[in-house]
Amino acid sequence: MIPELGHFALIVALLVAIIQSVLPMIGAARRDRALMGVAVTAARAQFGLVALAFGCLAWSFATSDFSVANVAANSNTHLPLHFRLAATWGSHEGSLLLWSTMLAGWGFAVTVFSRNLPQVLRARVLAVLGMIAIGFLLFLLTTSDPFTRLFPAPPEGRDLNSLLQDPGMVAHPPMLYMGYVGFSVAFAFAIAALIGGRLDAAWARWSRPWTTVAWSFLTVGIALGSVWAYYTLGWGGWWFWDPVENASFMPWLAGTALIHSLAVTEKRGAFRSWTVLLAIVAFSLSLIGTFLVRSGVLTSVHAFAIDPARGLYILAFLAIVIGGSLALYAVRAGAVGAGGDFAPVSRESLLLGNNVLLVVALVSVLLGTLYPLFVDALAAGKISVGPPYFNTVFYPLMAPLLFLVGVGPVAAWRRAPIPELWTRLRWAAGIAVVTAALVPVAMGRWKPLVALGMLLSAWIAAATLSSLVHRLRHAPQRGLTAKLRANAPAWYGMLLAHLGVAVFVAGVTLVKGYEVERDVRLDVGQSVVVAGDTYTFRGVAAVPGPNYDAIVATIDMTRADRHVTTLHPQKRTFRSSGQVITEASIERGIGGDHYVSLGEPITGSGASGAWAVRIYVKPFVDWIWGGCLLMALGGFAAVADRRYRLARARHSEPAAALVAPT
Amino acid sequence: MKPRTRRFVWIGAGLVAVAAAATLILSAFRSNLVFFFTPSQVYAHEAPQSRPFRIGGLVLGGSLERVPGTLTVRFKVTDTAATVPVTYTGLLPDLFKEGKGVVAQGAMGADGTFHATQVLAKHDENYMPPEAKAAIDAAHAHSGAMSMPSLHEARAQ
Repeated sequence: MIPELGHFALIVALLVAIIQSVLPMIGAARRDRALMGVAVTAARAQFGLVALAFGCLAWSFATSDFSVANVAANSNTHLPLHFRLAATWGSHEGSLLLWSTMLAGWGFAVTVFSRNLPQVLRARVLAVLGMIAIGFLLFLLTTSDPFTRLFPAPPEGRDLNSLLQDPGMVAHPPMLYMGYVGFSVAFAFAIAALIGGRLDAAWARWSRPWTTVAWSFLTVGIALGSVWAYYTLGWGGWWFWDPVENASFMPWLAGTALIHSLAVTEKRGAFRSWTVLLAIVAFSLSLIGTFLVRSGVLTSVHAFAIDPARGLYILAFLAIVIGGSLALYAVRAGAVGAGGDFAPVSRESLLLGNNVLLVVALVSVLLGTLYPLFVDALAAGKISVGPPYFNTVFYPLMAPLLFLVGVGPVAAWRRAPIPELWTRLRWAAGIAVVTAALVPVAMGRWKPLVALGMLLSAWIAAATLSSLVHRLRHAPQRGLTAKLRANAPAWYGMLLAHLGVAVFVAGVTLVKGYEVERDVRLDVGQSVVVAGDTYTFRGVAAVPGPNYDAIVATIDMTRADRHVTTLHPQKRTFRSSGQVITEASIERGIGGDHYVSLGEPITGSGASGAWAVRIYVKPFVDWIWGGCLLMALGGFAAVADRRYRLARARHSEPAAALVAPT
Repeated sequence: MKPRTRRFVWIGAGLVAVAAAATLILSAFRSNLVFFFTPSQVYAHEAPQSRPFRIGGLVLGGSLERVPGTLTVRFKVTDTAATVPVTYTGLLPDLFKEGKGVVAQGAMGADGTFHATQVLAKHDENYMPPEAKAAIDAAHAHSGAMSMPSLHEARAQ
């Protein structure tokens, strides 16, 4: 009964989505208040219905109702409850339902937080969200119904892929999808602006918080995925340039460019049509990312051939959304206008540089990700594009971008004379040079790339902090609290996010420069010295887990004859599938991780045999994710800004009048 | 500068930047493409001798052996029509098993052995690396006679 209720709710949600996308659009064209008012009611009803459907599926998973095919294929009574719930989005169907639920949730949020929006704009934004919802609900109902029944119901389900039975599965996909789907709001604002032909500073101020929140969620989602990949699989890498990772990274790059371009559009009224284009691109890449990962096309382009209905639907949907919005852009971008003028060195031009670099980086990732698929689809052979390509392209693109992160926030709008910039930034430059010279020496080995990385990291950190000091010094208020309060949360958010970039760069630089990776063969009682620490293998023991049997090794880590810690890397064999998963054991620290994972038994399999063991030392690796977290926190902090809530009173002012000192 | 001149300067600078970026990306792309070859192609000397490439197929049953006292392993990769000997030093992935699909990246040595720098066998156990599957399918299409039972025999050896 519950699954049918969910299915029924989805059908009604589709009907509501049709109403949501048609009536308000007509209302907006005719300035009919009653018709436009339908948008809010419909968006809220849609959220209720889709959330109900999602709840029904989650319920079926929680209660292990194996008469539902999706549950039978992806869950098992031996799974702990949190993994049964996470299994709701473990399959193609379930993850699309999660996508739709979040889409409806974002639509609901628009109805709640955008009371100040002009009614015409809000009606159009919600109508566009409704159109996207139609696409997804129709896809769910026609090709990917998560509620299909199975008769007779099997007594036990297959299992959730053992690799997905991890806390990462609980948090990573929802966060990632919050980001992907969040860009739909920025997209809807862009389309609404194109239809209305009106795009001013007020429009940018309304879209900014939505974009920033979505971007922050996406940042957290990507970072969680990276942490997850780091500690499972026993590879110890934090980024592999895998197509699945690239699929989430491309919208992030576009979103980062969009955030910065929106800043220019809000403050200076410039880059208008470019901002709209970026909003379209960011959401299109989110869609492509979702479908690349979910359609199975990355595993094999022939996945489309196995299930042509899904493949065709996806291609048609992408063509309509991306082609349609780009066509609308081509026709209407002229009406939106280009915006104000600026000098070759100004905050605008620096942000333009930021956008150009980000977009070039985006294109390079897109090429490296899609080209092998095209070659394969054309049956012209199989190729792969590995990390060396991405690294070769990324370092030269990111170095100037990171340099700009230091300069941009200090530069004035319109015109920023270089001598003035130098006066403001000379301290930061000095600190950066000294750090670049000292850190490699302190780490024990001079490496030019490490020096460059630390130069850029320290440059960003010092420039960011110096602009904080500058602001506080020159604030007219008395007392530190009053001075601190004189600045907007959005500005602090920006500082925090940029500091996050500095922390991230430091982490990447030091891991890349000084990580030690050793694969060794260890007999029981044998020791090995890696990077000054001694690791002694004490043997393995069999330990049963809830739904797996683990072989747990004991490895003592000592430094200068003092016991530091005991590590317990595991090999888990899942009972239902027989699949083996490596769980690394990590001694974490702010200065770096000591990472031990178990390979395979080399001689015999009893407690006395030798094992292959992988020992990694990863200096400052946690700074990578710490930096991402700071970036996301910066984004969330920026949204707390009051000016995003005072939008209505000032929305009719021209852009030029809105040059705030921020 | 007149606005018109300035616009040309902007456009010119933009074009130069785009050209530089395109050169960078395409040259990196060309030098880092890794091509895939099936054991049959390697057997027919179609694979490059100097450049790294990928090979894929099934790990031949019973072919896995360890060099005593080291982490070096030797195994054979087969597409059921031809087999190629492979050596690799390091930890093997969890899903590496005799009779299962595998993809290895590396280069051919002068001894006719493929020296792998990376062995990939990822995600769930039902999943066959697409390259490995393609290699076997290609071999089947060639011989036309290889039926599923004989493939099972190849696995069980």
